[in-house]
Amino acid sequence: MLKTTNVSMIFGGLAAVSHLNLEIKKGELVGLIGPNGAGKTTVFNFLTGVYVPTEGDVEFNNKRLNGVKPNKITSYGIARTFQNIRLFASMSVLDNVKLASYWHDNYSMLDAILRLPRYGKMEQEMDKKALQLLEIFGLADKAEMKATSLPYGEQRRLEIVRAMAANPELLLLDEPAAGMNPQETQELMALIGRINKEFGLTILLIEHDMSLVMGVCERIYVLEYGKTIAEGTPEEIKNNPRVIEAYLGEEA
Amino acid sequence: MQSVWEQFIGLLFFYVDMDKSTNRTCINIGFQVKLKVMIFKSFIVERGISLETFLAQVINGLSLGSIYALIALGYTMVYGIIQLINFAHGDVLMIGAFAGYFAVAILKMPFWFAMLFAMLISGLAGYLIERLAYRPLRKSARLTVLITAIGVSLLLENGGLVVLGADYKAFPLAIVKKSYLLFDGVITITNHQLLIFGVTIAMMVLLQYIVNYTKIGKAMRAVSYDKEAAALMGINVDGIISTTFVIGSMLAAVAGVLLGLYYQTVHPLMGLMPGLKAFVAAVLGGIGIIPGAMLGGFLLGIVEALVSGYWSTNFRDPVVFGLLILILIIKPAGLLGKHMKEKV
Amino acid sequence: MKKKNITTILIILAIYIGVFLLTDVTGIIGPYYQVNIFLAGINIILALSLNLIVGFTGQLALGHAGFMAVGAYVSAVCTMKLGIPFIPAVVVGALAAMLIGLVIGLPTLRLRGDYLAIATLGFGEIIRGLVVNIEYVGGAAGINGIPKKTTWTMLFLFVIITIAVIKNFINSSHGKMCVSIRDNEVAAEIMGVNTTYYKTVAFSLGAFFAGLGGALYAHYFFLIQPTTFTFARSFDILVMVVLGGLGSITGSILAAIGVTFLNAVLVDFGAIRMVIYALLLILVMIFRPQGLMGTKEFNLQSLLGFKGRGGKNAKNN
Repeated sequence: MLKTTNVSMIFGGLAAVSHLNLEIKKGELVGLIGPNGAGKTTVFNFLTGVYVPTEGDVEFNNKRLNGVKPNKITSYGIARTFQNIRLFASMSVLDNVKLASYWHDNYSMLDAILRLPRYGKMEQEMDKKALQLLEIFGLADKAEMKATSLPYGEQRRLEIVRAMAANPELLLLDEPAAGMNPQETQELMALIGRINKEFGLTILLIEHDMSLVMGVCERIYVLEYGKTIAEGTPEEIKNNPRVIEAYLGEEA
Repeated sequence: MQSVWEQFIGLLFFYVDMDKSTNRTCINIGFQVKLKVMIFKSFIVERGISLETFLAQVINGLSLGSIYALIALGYTMVYGIIQLINFAHGDVLMIGAFAGYFAVAILKMPFWFAMLFAMLISGLAGYLIERLAYRPLRKSARLTVLITAIGVSLLLENGGLVVLGADYKAFPLAIVKKSYLLFDGVITITNHQLLIFGVTIAMMVLLQYIVNYTKIGKAMRAVSYDKEAAALMGINVDGIISTTFVIGSMLAAVAGVLLGLYYQTVHPLMGLMPGLKAFVAAVLGGIGIIPGAMLGGFLLGIVEALVSGYWSTNFRDPVVFGLLILILIIKPAGLLGKHMKEKV
Repeated sequence: MKKKNITTILIILAIYIGVFLLTDVTGIIGPYYQVNIFLAGINIILALSLNLIVGFTGQLALGHAGFMAVGAYVSAVCTMKLGIPFIPAVVVGALAAMLIGLVIGLPTLRLRGDYLAIATLGFGEIIRGLVVNIEYVGGAAGINGIPKKTTWTMLFLFVIITIAVIKNFINSSHGKMCVSIRDNEVAAEIMGVNTTYYKTVAFSLGAFFAGLGGALYAHYFFLIQPTTFTFARSFDILVMVVLGGLGSITGSILAAIGVTFLNAVLVDFGAIRMVIYALLLILVMIFRPQGLMGTKEFNLQSLLGFKGRGGKNAKNN
């Protein structure tokens, strides 16, 4: 489904990512780990069109992603969450979720301005769909609240809901467990598993929390200084000396 | 009858042509250059444009450009350090000009003392503006600070109108004007213009020295790269920012006094247009980049002089802004600028 | 729902009839103050149009007076030199402004914050600089003797239309997409919003209504000159938007009215007025940058005791 061939991302002489070869098959749950500054978010960025790779090709469902605008990539079926929460602060929880669905289901501007019947009908449908999604993630009762008034953990969850409202085939999660306590992390793990199995979404996950990565991912890529240093199942990665060296001192 | 522009462009292609026909690089680069100068000269003479007038315009442009460069330096330094377009900068120039006027006309100070006096007053003004209006907004949205800057500018302009009166005041001829003829009368230059060049170049050299060879300069550069890191290194960020404002304001004062001398008038709104145009110059050269401000200033001055000399003074302002739009579209980072990517 | 709408309509009618009675019929409000009512109405349109661009979509545009100028000049030429009746002329003026907005927007909207501000400022100045040099529209002297076709009824109608259109646009998916651009452009783009398209839409729509305001202005104040549409005017409108609250429709309306009358009260003070203004602006920016309303809207319904659907009225916060 997703394939990067020899992709490099060079910023003014510094290679954030070099010669990356990644492959993800439909339905997989893959992890992307590595010490800070390894280039993981950079990978997400050129998968979503924020950066254009300096070298190499990124392919998704046989479509080339290099240089395609982010909102077009969304229409190809890729959605993501962000390392630093990027919710729409002035909008409600419900509106944040609805927004992600506008690209595939919307009424026209004329309908909006003249308040034609299509507006009312579609607004109702959008509300319903968004609320359903929020319900599954336990946020439906907070639908009308301002997005940033939610506690941190719920904001992260909201980001995931929003990304899912965009109807993706591939979901990119950037450190979804950041700032969560062990219990929240457990719940998140179950959630991610659910998204993968029940909704059939392929997931690529960046995470620092090893228990989550090991517990939920089928396969893992390890990045260091922009290069892949290992790839394999959680078992293999856990015992890989090179990985342990990179994470010197960290609990696996 | 072809327009000036058509002929000028034709000449450019003619240049290229000449290059190709005299393809041998070894043969007389000197000959090529001499040939081009001859062609250029004949082009100008042929059109009934005297070389003297053309050069006079260029010199006018350079004088104007020097002033723009001095002002642009202030803009670019402030933008480099806190990413703020200080709309009030042109008005700090006005304050300096009036201080100089006051010193020369009323206190009867000699010119250079007056200049120093003006620099002091403007420096103080710049410091106060930063301290009272911009520092409280250090963490605010861009729009908020921008509006505040415009507000300060309006405050100074209208405050000036109220306090100093709306009439044009005559700046005394503190330095008697003398004209010099160079190159057999082909170039006419006044001592005022030489003064402007001289002072501008001196100021720029001084500034480059300060920024690149002193401790304070190093601190300034550090703060402009990464404020937080600089603070962690023990640099007094607030102090450095104030210093930047003060230095910029002093340069504006110099520009203001020189302007006052050159046109022999001062007026509360005198900083408005020069300020705006100097900002265009700063953007042209690359906002945040000191050599860029100098380059942009001179370039803009020459363009403006040529446009008002050969086309029409009516189109002087639209052309300047048109140049701004052009550079923002083609290369927003400016002629000497580097493109920065946003972190996601 | 129905009850709420009827009340709103009644209030609107009350304002219309009220002012009509006070001005034309009884003359209680004399010509001097009438001018200000008309100016307030035009400023409401201008403020709302700018708020759409700056407040809701977060694009800092400083050359708004340029669009106003286009609307004013084009509509004046239509009525005076082309014999086109008033309403079509106004619409043509607005459309011309919208077209210019598109032309300007295309290259400049991909610039970031400050650069966009300066570019739009530059364009505003260029428009003015060009108009000064076009003899067909009177050059520096401008156009005089424009037929005074903007009646209270006309003005009121256009103000209501403007408010309705902008309100309906904002409270729809398209408006939300514009707001998302303001809140977090990167995230918006990744969530499928075509940011370039929507920035352009907001910009053009804003230009359209600015042109509309300009056309109405021209046909009331009968004289327009390049000096009518300087940066000072753009700034004036910006002040209204900021004071009222970026992203608040009611804020813009209230601020437009307030600032118009404040200007009228202070007009005899000349430069001192501007000093007060500038000081006021700086103080507001430092101590209450969100303006009067922030991003909230004034809800007639909640004021009059109607209960909306749960927290639906809170949606606009």
